[in-house]
Amino acid sequence: MAVLSATEVEQRPTHPPKNKARWTASEEASGLALISPTLLYAVALLFLPILIVVAYSFWTQDYLTIDRTFTLQNYKTALGEPIYQDLLVRSLVISLVVSVVTVTLSYPIAWFISFHGGVHKNLWLFLITVPCWTSYLLRVMSWKVILGYGGVMNTGLLSIGIIDKPLTSLLYNSNAVVITLVHSWAAFAILPIFVSLEKVDRSLIEAAHDLGDNKLMSFLRVTLPLSLPGVISAFLIVMIPTVGDYVTPKLVGGKDGVMIATAIQAQFGKGANWPLGAALSVTTMVIVSAMAGIAVLALKLLVRMAK
Amino acid sequence: MPETPMITIEAVNKFYGIYKALDDVSLDIAAGEFFSLLGPSGCGKTTLLRSIAGFDTPSTGDIRIDGQSVIGTPPNRRPTNMVFQNYAIFPHLDVEENVAYGLKRLKLDASGERRRVGAALDQVRLGHLGKRRAHELSGGQRQRVALARALVMRPKVLLLDEPLSALDKKLREEMQVELRSLQKAVGITFILVTHDQYEALALSDRIAVMFGGRIAQVATPKEIYQRPTTRQIADFLGGMNFMKARITGETATRLSVETPRFGGVTLDKPLGFNARNGTATIGIRPERLRVLWDDAKADFELAGRVVDRHYFGEITHLIVDVPGMEQPLSVSETNNFGADDIPVGDAVRLAYDPDALVALSD
Ligand SMILES: Nc1ncnc2c1ncn2[C@@H]1O[C@H](COP(=O)(O)OP(=O)(O)O)[C@@H](O)[C@H]1O
Ligand SMILES: [Mg+2]
Repeated sequence: MAVLSATEVEQRPTHPPKNKARWTASEEASGLALISPTLLYAVALLFLPILIVVAYSFWTQDYLTIDRTFTLQNYKTALGEPIYQDLLVRSLVISLVVSVVTVTLSYPIAWFISFHGGVHKNLWLFLITVPCWTSYLLRVMSWKVILGYGGVMNTGLLSIGIIDKPLTSLLYNSNAVVITLVHSWAAFAILPIFVSLEKVDRSLIEAAHDLGDNKLMSFLRVTLPLSLPGVISAFLIVMIPTVGDYVTPKLVGGKDGVMIATAIQAQFGKGANWPLGAALSVTTMVIVSAMAGIAVLALKLLVRMAK
Repeated sequence: MPETPMITIEAVNKFYGIYKALDDVSLDIAAGEFFSLLGPSGCGKTTLLRSIAGFDTPSTGDIRIDGQSVIGTPPNRRPTNMVFQNYAIFPHLDVEENVAYGLKRLKLDASGERRRVGAALDQVRLGHLGKRRAHELSGGQRQRVALARALVMRPKVLLLDEPLSALDKKLREEMQVELRSLQKAVGITFILVTHDQYEALALSDRIAVMFGGRIAQVATPKEIYQRPTTRQIADFLGGMNFMKARITGETATRLSVETPRFGGVTLDKPLGFNARNGTATIGIRPERLRVLWDDAKADFELAGRVVDRHYFGEITHLIVDVPGMEQPLSVSETNNFGADDIPVGDAVRLAYDPDALVALSD
């Protein structure tokens, strides 16, 4: 019953041939030329400091003098000392928990705004950015007020009679760090997820319904996979900076919530061991990059399985 | 229609706020029929199609599919499938996965599913492109994927929203032929939405012409073209010469009129005809007027002067001013005898058949 003709079946999308001679006249070249001042500036300010840090991590410090002979001793300490291992693992676990919780909480919000925001989408987005208008420090401090011994949470729970004396377990531990970080980063997770949901063609969702899916199935089979780029960027945007967060653990983390950044800061400050601090930084960077890669792959795998 | 219709639309109204997108629409569509909804952009065709599919809900009225009211039934539980105007091919799936999308729910075994997908792809001649992604397909190929994806579900009714309007003219004409034979082959009801009158005329068993949310006429392509009931329909479908005529007699089905230059004629009275001040609008298609060459004679003749000429390849449109008529006549003549060489300003004689005249409601 083959009734459709094959005349145009063989057409393939054609790619313009690459022509090296005319590269200088191409859009790519003029684009690079346009961004070059900013690019040079960014490269100078991003890669030079990183290079310096990497260089330091292979040197040794003796009080105020730097010994520039190559050594791996700093990395042995960074990876071998139990205290640094613990801090590193705790930082990674906290940042992973923070990014999973943030993305999980942000997705429904982004979804709601994108699909049910109606004509007020922009207003909703605007409201979400409002907390970011105050300083990061103030937002962290406000959680101290909420979670503290005489804080909003404890007085609230006391007055409705759920507890009979204030809880001390709310503040100065890793939970407090997670709660504070999730709140700080939510807006940065909602926006990329929202953008990728906005790009999902609504007729694709209708097609899924037309082909028999109910609302849940069309979400799992169409909306979620197509919004995955937003989920991945949200995940990375939250995870990468939180590993090295310094302010939040310092203010609400207590002894139990110390993270690797505190140890690094100590080496550059009181410890006066810049090379060890540098080695800790580089180790953290490498591990975070690896974890980010693994997380991205895992997410993609998960979606492929759902299909 | 003796058996129960496949689709019954009964007094459907659809409001968007105070705007009435569908105005008292009633229709019966038979099983196995190729039915077209034809009308200008914004007349409510898509709204009606989406109401049948379940994406829009009528404000009032009833829609029955195969005897069952489907008001309140979501699209995923209606025996209809749709070919979307932009094709809506899932970009994260390849061609085979797109076609298999709706089958997943049926929990067929792997080989059964593969066989059905393969058969559907063969039906639209895409068997060799199963592993391609949407962005690697041309417009015509996407359209075939959308068709296969809907047909593989074996719906009772296939709904097509302007499926060919994104294709270039040559491909569109090819696909029209193929769509028609595909419908013959699968034998299910097709409902096609289009704003292209030639497409509707070429494909359909019957056509519903819509204007402003209302159905103006439902008939076979030939009837719609030859016996349009209103001036608007006649104008939308291919153009027509109009003139005012004085009514001299009227029965239940017939109308006698005295025309300015076509003499006295008795015509079929269109449905819902209302005389205004004792006059009626009479029309004649441009191709029903022929140029009389040299001293050829005809039973019914008109004399006039060519005031303009438009060349269209196989035909030429002559604009002929006939003394005593309000507006010049448009004449569509083949170029076989040299109509494209008649100089503007020349006198011509035209032949016509009084049977070609139709009475129209305004
Ligand atoms: N969701 C909607 N909200 C408001 N008006 C709408 C909506 N959908 C369609 N309309 C209006 O209804 C009319 C009919 O639309 P549509 O059925 O898409 O026309 P067609 O398919 O014949 O071009 C149009 O004037 C359109 O602006
Ligand atoms: Mg439309």
